[in-house]
Amino acid sequence: MPELNINIQDWKGIAVYIDQTEGAVHPVSLELIGKAKELSAQENWPVYALMIGDGLESLACEISASYGIKVYLCEHPALRRFLPEPYCNVFAEFIHMVKPSSILAGATVIGRSLAPKIAARFGTGLTADCTALEIEENGGLVQIRPAFGGNIMARIITPAHRPQMATVRYKIFDTPEKINGVPSVTRFSIDESLLKSRVTSVSYVKKGKKPDISDAEVVVALGRAFKSQKELALAERFAELLSAELACTRPLIEAGLFDPTRQIGLSGRTVKPKLIVTLGVSGAVQFKAGMQNADVIFAVNSDPSAPIFDAAHYAVIGDVFEILPIFIKQTESRESHV
Amino acid sequence: MEIICCIKQVPGTNKVEADAETGVLLRSTAEAKLNPYDLYALEAAFKLRESIGGTVKVITMGPPQAEAAVREAFAMRADSGVILSDKAFAGADVLATARTLADGIKKSGSFDIIICGKQTTDGDTAQVGPELAEFLDIPHIANVRIILGIEPSNTGHIRVEADMGDYIETFDVLLPCLITVDKGAYVPRLPSYRLMLASASREIPVLTAADLPGESEMYGLKGSPTRVKRIYPPDAKNARFNIGGSSESVANSLLNELRNLKFI
Repeated sequence: MPELNINIQDWKGIAVYIDQTEGAVHPVSLELIGKAKELSAQENWPVYALMIGDGLESLACEISASYGIKVYLCEHPALRRFLPEPYCNVFAEFIHMVKPSSILAGATVIGRSLAPKIAARFGTGLTADCTALEIEENGGLVQIRPAFGGNIMARIITPAHRPQMATVRYKIFDTPEKINGVPSVTRFSIDESLLKSRVTSVSYVKKGKKPDISDAEVVVALGRAFKSQKELALAERFAELLSAELACTRPLIEAGLFDPTRQIGLSGRTVKPKLIVTLGVSGAVQFKAGMQNADVIFAVNSDPSAPIFDAAHYAVIGDVFEILPIFIKQTESRESHV
Repeated sequence: MEIICCIKQVPGTNKVEADAETGVLLRSTAEAKLNPYDLYALEAAFKLRESIGGTVKVITMGPPQAEAAVREAFAMRADSGVILSDKAFAGADVLATARTLADGIKKSGSFDIIICGKQTTDGDTAQVGPELAEFLDIPHIANVRIILGIEPSNTGHIRVEADMGDYIETFDVLLPCLITVDKGAYVPRLPSYRLMLASASREIPVLTAADLPGESEMYGLKGSPTRVKRIYPPDAKNARFNIGGSSESVANSLLNELRNLKFI
C-alpha cells in the first residue's frame, strides 16, 4: 500500500467519477460536474470526468460536449458492469496519469464501494456525504458534512495528501446547464492482468418500483381531515406532483382508507425522507416519533396551535382543501408552459 | 469457517451537541450502545455459522469502555472478541481506522470472511469496510442483503445477494473476503441474559499500538489524512417558517418554497 510522498503542486484539476451502469448515468454525476466546474473556475483548473465500462464511446462524447469537460474513457468487455477490483485498478491508473487534486464521486452504492477502495490504495482522505464543498486559495478542498445525525456540521480538509476525495449524495447540487461544445475524449487502457476480479457477477435483476414509504425520498402524509374519495384524489394529485409516496396516520388505517403498510408512527413505519408534507395531521406524539427526523417538514393545518407545528420547519396555516386545488392548478399551469 | 465481525460502540443518542463558541463536542451526556447496523452483521455471521459451522470473533476499536460492545456480542453468542484500544488510536479518520483494524485483524489470527455493518450511526460514512478490504488485499462486496451460501461448492467462494441501487445482483466472492451487510434478510436476535452471565468472565485480549506492526504515527489522528478544521452547530433551520394568509397566497408560497428546495 504505497503512501505517496506528495508534492501538492503537482496535483491539479478536479475529477468526477461518472457513475453509470451499462450506459445509464446516475444523475448525481452530472450534478458533480456542475459543482466541479464551479470549484475549478477559481483556480482556473481543468475538470475531468472518468468513465469506466464497455460501449460508452457515444455517451462519453455526449457528456464531454454537453458540459465542456475532458472525458477519460476506459472500455473493456470485462468492465461491462461494476466490479470493485478492476474498476479500482482503472481508477488508480487514471489518477497516476492525470494527478487530479480533487476527486468527486456520487454517494451511490457504486461510489461508496469504489471511492473508499481508491482512498485506501492512495493512503488519502475521503469524506462521505458532503453537503457543501469549497475550494481554498491553495486548491485545498473543504469538505463540509453533517456529523452525529446532523446536530453538528464539520469542515474537513486534507492538508498533506492528494488526491482529496469526497462523495456527495444525489440532489445536493444543481444539474448544470448544457452547452454545445466539442467533445474531447481520451481513451486509455490497463494491463489485462489488472482486469481480473475475485468477485464475479452471477446474475442481476433490475429492481421493480415497489413503493415503500420508508424508502421514499418524498412523503405526503394525510391526517384525520381526509374522509372522502374526492378529498383523497386531491391528495393523490398533490403527491404525484411532488413524486411522493402517500402515507397516513392511524385513524385512516382504521377507517380502511389505506393499507397498514402506509401508516407512519410508532405503531406503523418510521420514515426519514428528504421531504415530508403533512396534510391535516394534528401531530400526535406517536405520529411525530415516526417522521420527525425527516430533512424538511412542511405541515399544513388550519389550527395554528396544532402540535404538528412543533416538529415542522414550515408551518402552513390554512384549510388544506382550499389550498390544494389552487396549488395543483398553479403547478399544472406552470408545467404546461415549460 | 472463521468469521470476523467488526463492531463499534456508538453514542446512544444522536442528540450530541457542539459548543458554538469553542466547537468542542459535548459528548458526556450521550450513553454508548452497539451500532445498530452491526446487529445485522452479527446476525449474518451467526446464520452463516449455523449453516456451515465455525466461529464468530468480534473485533472493535475504541476506548476501554468498548468492552461493553464485545460483551453484548458475547450475549448474542459470539465466540471470542478482540479490542483495539490505545490513546494513539484516538482521533482516527476512515483511513486510520481501516488501517488499525486491518493490522489488528492480521495480528489476531486467520479468517475466512469479515462481516461489517453497512455503516455506523455516528460516523455514517459506510467507508470503513471497503477500505479495510483494500488494506487486507481481499475482495469485498458492500450492501449485501443475504448470504446465499458457500457456492459454487468446493471453489472457495461465497455467494451473496447485494442491493446495487437499481439492481439486485448476485455475486460469487472468493474467500477470504469482506462483505458489508444491510438490514436485508436479517432480524437481529436479542442478547441473552444467560449467555451474558456465562461469558462474563471470558477474557478479551486488548491490542495496543505497541502490538501492531506500524509506527504509532500510522494510527489515530497522526495517521489520518483528513483534519476536522472546525465543527459548528448547523444553521438553526428548525427555526420555523410560517406561511399564512389567504388560501391563494398560502398555495403560492407553498409552491415557491417547494420549488426553491427543488422538490418540484
